[in-house]
Amino acid sequence: MGMCEGKTFKFSNASVTSFAAVVGKVEGEGPYGSEFDEVIEDNKGGTDTWEQAEAGLQKKSLQYAMEKAELESGKMDIIFAGDLLNQCTGSSYGLKEFYIPFVGIYGACSTFAEGLLLAASMVNAGYVENAAAVTSSHFSSAERQFRFPLNYGGVRTPTAQWTATASGAAIIDASQRPPFIRAATVGKIQDMGITDLNNMGAAMAGAAYDTITRHMKHMGTHPENYDLIITGDLGQVGSDMMYELFKRDGVSLEGRHKDCGLMIYDRDKQDVHAGGSGCGCSASMMCAYFLKKVRRGELKRILYTATGALMSPTMVQQGGSIPGIAHAVEITSE
Amino acid sequence: MNISNQEYGELAKRISPPSAMYKTIPMAFVIGGGICVIGELLLNLYQMAGMDMEQAGMLTSMSLIFLSALFTGLKLYDRLAQHAGAGTLVPITGFANSVVSPALEFKSEGYVLGLGAKMFVIAGPVLVYGISASIIYGLIYYCFKTFGG
Repeated sequence: MGMCEGKTFKFSNASVTSFAAVVGKVEGEGPYGSEFDEVIEDNKGGTDTWEQAEAGLQKKSLQYAMEKAELESGKMDIIFAGDLLNQCTGSSYGLKEFYIPFVGIYGACSTFAEGLLLAASMVNAGYVENAAAVTSSHFSSAERQFRFPLNYGGVRTPTAQWTATASGAAIIDASQRPPFIRAATVGKIQDMGITDLNNMGAAMAGAAYDTITRHMKHMGTHPENYDLIITGDLGQVGSDMMYELFKRDGVSLEGRHKDCGLMIYDRDKQDVHAGGSGCGCSASMMCAYFLKKVRRGELKRILYTATGALMSPTMVQQGGSIPGIAHAVEITSE
Repeated sequence: MNISNQEYGELAKRISPPSAMYKTIPMAFVIGGGICVIGELLLNLYQMAGMDMEQAGMLTSMSLIFLSALFTGLKLYDRLAQHAGAGTLVPITGFANSVVSPALEFKSEGYVLGLGAKMFVIAGPVLVYGISASIIYGLIYYCFKTFGG
């Protein structure tokens, strides 16, 4: 049974039994291209629209994860899924054919950590035998919803991030097979007063600092206790800002921090400015790379902290700022 | 949090890299100037073909708008714009791009509610305030002409 310690939940019975990731062409050309289960070359994934293509990404990643766990739809108890599109259509359209009990969730780019911690809670509590966490994002569907048409000649600023075309799916059960989800901290909404739509990293860094600090305090740990502290998509600007915030507390993350947004692309060769972002960015990096490393024991203890900018174009146009959130999930190999 | 929002904002400003203006301004000048040179060439060509200045000017604008729409459709205009910045935004070609790009993109929602409704989503404000300003200018001009002698 889970024990609540402050605002950090501890789990003794939640294992990530299988995981899979599907990405788009640009991500496939990135440094981790060979790690993904499938790279979809066509931006529309053989469908008519980008929204359908995004739904297709979720469908595929969950299919791969279920195949690896040798599970059929009828054996799946619950899915927690989300994406960036209005009404979370990437999830609801992508997963409708599975006929699995479905909970749609939204935490912007932090959604995958949200899904993992909800899934782990349900399994650990014994309510379900297994639970899936699935998220996706698609560069083109996100651009048209949040910014400008794809072929509009607007210039991206150096702080702008590139929404990853990617999806990750993980299935949690009590199988006692590594990786294990050991603890999780639910983030608080942190509004740092950032109003620049093109600086999501800055909007999220405060939330990342807050959640990681609280998690370590509740767990009685320090950065040295983790092989890696993995953030979702702070990008270059957000990562630098988070280091500054930790520095004020005399805490150094040096050599222990990785940001999925900075890893998924080759920023020297691919024109992605401050790095990748999107619900699918950290989901695909976790499911294609980090969870594999934990399963093999190459990483023993990691703190995955996915960050989300809870941005609404309408609120920003009305003069509002961009709140950030971050959820932390501690994953171990033993 | 160990920081106030004001301090945080200052920190964000300090850490966020600015645009590389030593690179962006010359690029905007060269590419924007290049588009104007093409316009000038077309103008001369049309005049050599026997058109008067007014006709040739109009045809030049139309040709540039056509080329911009074509290159937007070929997904080349936005690539050029990533390097050119205001160099592709300011000339008439930029205006054409801002109409064609949403038209292409929102076609997936249908010709009426998609293409038709969203076509002027970027250019709309320019039209509204451009036409409004020209009416005000016209009124002032009219008043001066009538009452100013």
